Amino acid sequence: MLDVQIRQRLGAFALDIAFAAEERGVTALFGRSGSGKTSVINAIAGLTRPDAGHIRVGDAVFFDSTRRIDVPVEKRRIGYVFQDSRLFPHMSVRSNLEYGLRRVPAADRRIAFDPVVDLLGLGHLLDRRPRGLSGGEKQRVAFGRALLAQPRLLLMDEPMASLDSARKAEIMPYIERLRDEMRIPIVMVSHALDEVVRLATTMVLIAEGRVRAAGPVGTVMGRLDLSAATGAHEAGAVLDLTVERHIPADGLSVLAFDGGHLTVPQIDRPPGSPVRLHIHARDVIVALEPPTGVSLRNALAARVVEVAEAGPSSADLRLAVGGSFLIARITRAAVRELSLAPGREVVALVKGIAFEPDSSGSASDPRRRVVDV
Amino acid sequence: MDILTPMETTALLLSLRVAGVAIALGLPVAVLAAWVLGRYSFPGKTLVDGLVHLPLVLPPVVTGYILLVTMGTKGVVGGWLYQTFGIKLIFTAEGASLAVAVTSFPLMVRAIRLSVEAIDGGLEAAARTLGAGPVDRFFTILLPLMAPGLLSGAIVAFAAAMGEFGAVITFVSNIPGKTQTLPLAIYAATQEPGGDAVAARLAAISFSVALLALMLSELLANRVRRLIGQV
Repeated sequence: MLDVQIRQRLGAFALDIAFAAEERGVTALFGRSGSGKTSVINAIAGLTRPDAGHIRVGDAVFFDSTRRIDVPVEKRRIGYVFQDSRLFPHMSVRSNLEYGLRRVPAADRRIAFDPVVDLLGLGHLLDRRPRGLSGGEKQRVAFGRALLAQPRLLLMDEPMASLDSARKAEIMPYIERLRDEMRIPIVMVSHALDEVVRLATTMVLIAEGRVRAAGPVGTVMGRLDLSAATGAHEAGAVLDLTVERHIPADGLSVLAFDGGHLTVPQIDRPPGSPVRLHIHARDVIVALEPPTGVSLRNALAARVVEVAEAGPSSADLRLAVGGSFLIARITRAAVRELSLAPGREVVALVKGIAFEPDSSGSASDPRRRVVDV
Repeated sequence: MDILTPMETTALLLSLRVAGVAIALGLPVAVLAAWVLGRYSFPGKTLVDGLVHLPLVLPPVVTGYILLVTMGTKGVVGGWLYQTFGIKLIFTAEGASLAVAVTSFPLMVRAIRLSVEAIDGGLEAAARTLGAGPVDRFFTILLPLMAPGLLSGAIVAFAAAMGEFGAVITFVSNIPGKTQTLPLAIYAATQEPGGDAVAARLAAISFSVALLALMLSELLANRVRRLIGQV
């Protein structure tokens, strides 16, 4: 369990943050620039000292103002991947990677050099100097260097912010492999929703130095009151499903979750594997009855849980589908004419989805990835 | 050494020794001063900064005079050194080293401080997160990265130390074979009738040593910069 509760004055700015996260998976601290995200991970790393609060990872207490505990940075063993890599220019890639590793007693070394080099594809770079590396390569070396220091927790400060979309698409799979193959909790700072939706398991939404919402990504993304904070133009929900079966004759795959089934263009993954979909609010249509005689195939039984104004003529509906949520953006006139109110049973028609992670390689524009279904 | 006369050889070797000792002893202190001045702010920093740079603006004769008063056998510090350890600085080569160490000190500090300030503080933070304590960081991150400034600072200060005149002659006088470094030997030669040729030869030696040192400094600094990945 990662347990963070800190208060800190930063000039005119007051940071007051509390959140907890599972010890596995990626926790994304999401928010606009200047909301205080980086200050939070700097405090977790120990690079800055909060005025009050506590920071714990599992049994280890790194900071506790009431118990007067403040473990120095170099003794915390918390890995940190900086936005600007910060590789040591006077050392080869190999020496950079070994810098943290050498400072850990041999008995505590669980993560070995060669597997990390393989995982991050660094084999051909080992004898080079950081100066000659591309931005993506530098970040991969920085991941490896932090990992080999045998961290109890890995922090990442906008690890992809300085990369163009091609480099970003190149680095994302590596972070996914870190998440899935290394049993190290990751806390990632990000202001890009596509990164969060693709990588995070837990999402902590931060605005003006405070936590606005925290929880599983699907739950936080499904909340209407947060659409302004998460970026209204990207308003939409996140669904976690599993591949149930493929229908090769029609080129389709059937995905299942506790709210029903979705049929999508065939995907290249075996039955049983997890799939995350991002469903934009504009791609969800609401009907009172299961429709007949329309081309749409994906209809889910849903219940309206919340209605909120989203613009002069539009409204957002939050729909419960099984244990998950969808958001539908419709006109306010439709809300009135169909008497849509919390509690009303409806049918949610999904006309477009975006896969996370997507394979189209266009990570920069979330709209382009939407596939009609 | 057939090219040089015994007197020239003596003066050259003495100069090299005096300057060498001065730089060897002054360099660690200069690194420390450059480090503290370049990285930290503390009350009284301006005063410390001023004191470090004072020998650069003070007439060397004044520096020599202050040393004479404080470090002479009757001076506060010099008297104590003489009484307690039997160390005598006045009229000795060691005294000459002290004099040139003081006058060349600011040159070293300035060069090293510039390279300290050029080091990205983020690298030290990164080293901390990787488990490196303060001493560890100093030797693995800072020292290698300040090496170019350290080298060129040391060599330029060495060349300046070889050429120091006022502070040396005021503090340790001009004793052939003991304190008579190259510039002092040149001065002595010009004072004697018919000494012009001797002075000219000594001046040529000084010139060569200084030029050599500057070229070496440039070459070494470039090589070190390549070594630490700056170019």
